[in-house]
Amino acid sequence: MFKKFSPSTDISGQTPVKSSMQRAIRSSILSSWNIDAETLEAIWPKKESIIHVKCREHISIYTLHNEPLFFQHFDGPVYPTLRLLHKYPFILPHVGIDRGAIRFLLAGANMMCPGLTSKGGRLPPQDAALPAGTPVAIDAEGKEFAVGIGLTTIGTEEMKKINKDVAVESVTYVGDELWAVQKL
Amino acid sequence: MASTAPEDPSTSEKVATPPVEMFYCGVCTFPPEYCEFGTSFSKCKEWLHTERLDLFEKYYSDEALQAKLGTLSVEAQSKLEKDTAKKEAKAEAKADAARKKKMSSPVIIKRIERNKRKYVTSIRGLEAFDIDLKKASKFFATKFATGASVTKNAAGIDEIVVQGDVSQEVYDMIAEANEGGGEGGGGGKGGKKGLDVLKGVVVDNIEMVEEKKKKADAE
Repeated sequence: MFKKFSPSTDISGQTPVKSSMQRAIRSSILSSWNIDAETLEAIWPKKESIIHVKCREHISIYTLHNEPLFFQHFDGPVYPTLRLLHKYPFILPHVGIDRGAIRFLLAGANMMCPGLTSKGGRLPPQDAALPAGTPVAIDAEGKEFAVGIGLTTIGTEEMKKINKDVAVESVTYVGDELWAVQKL
Repeated sequence: MASTAPEDPSTSEKVATPPVEMFYCGVCTFPPEYCEFGTSFSKCKEWLHTERLDLFEKYYSDEALQAKLGTLSVEAQSKLEKDTAKKEAKAEAKADAARKKKMSSPVIIKRIERNKRKYVTSIRGLEAFDIDLKKASKFFATKFATGASVTKNAAGIDEIVVQGDVSQEVYDMIAEANEGGGEGGGGGKGGKKGLDVLKGVVVDNIEMVEEKKKKADAE
């Protein structure tokens, strides 16, 4: 999503978010992420109002004090930025990819099933299976921090069964152009 | 990776989970463990060695390297290494070319006759030196107490247009902002208020041009 993204040409406007919208975003974050209200409060205090940065192709980035915190594509799920995820790694469920897949992810590719099901990869156990369309943090084999954020295209149980084709669509990753944007 | 388990009991009530202190590579901005996938691996490595020896030990000690090798065949590993070396060289060459280009890109200060004895000054090419045009134009506007704006010219390139004939002053200002040896120097002294926005320009590349209105246009 952010393989190509340059603030000077891709941003069409910045507006403060209406308080009713802020409430909606807040509640959707609380319901979809694994986060408690206090932690969210620390990330985004109630009194501070966030800025909506509108970008091309219906991408919305929400910033607080010019720092991107969340983004959203169209009406889809709200993702944290990768820097935020690094600070609070527990907010998204994690999947792991093997070492061989890292460089493809860093080139912007989607993650294929074998990268997740192989020995180096990691998928949640059966009782914590994720359905399709879940935002996930992508960890890498032997690494401490998440390397990217993705959206599952099929359920994790299916991944194990089918073991072919795209499993996690990559949304943002270390070194993409959203990563390069530290201030908006 | 701390998962959900330790977080539930400890954050029983009203306590926000503190953020993980992140440390990023100063060269490529990646978390240091991903430097090896970047385009400046050897530089990152050096940097980490001087900045954070503890982390350097953690990521690049012999055991760590051995552990990394464990899951990859030797062939794949050597291929990967070759690839990164190649990528690195490429990125370096690219950066070099960009730097050279930057050093030789011209800045054109043009005095345009708008009417008899009325001029506007257009300044072009500043963006090549990473200057924020909007800030610079604002700076000119306050300095000269005239209108200054960022406009697109016929070729679609942004330029700053300042009302009035200020070409010499603009030249002096840029020169002053950049005196004391282009790179890094003059941080403290050249800091006459606001001049920082003009920093980075290679003064030798500044060209002064005059454009007279043609007779045919005037009538």
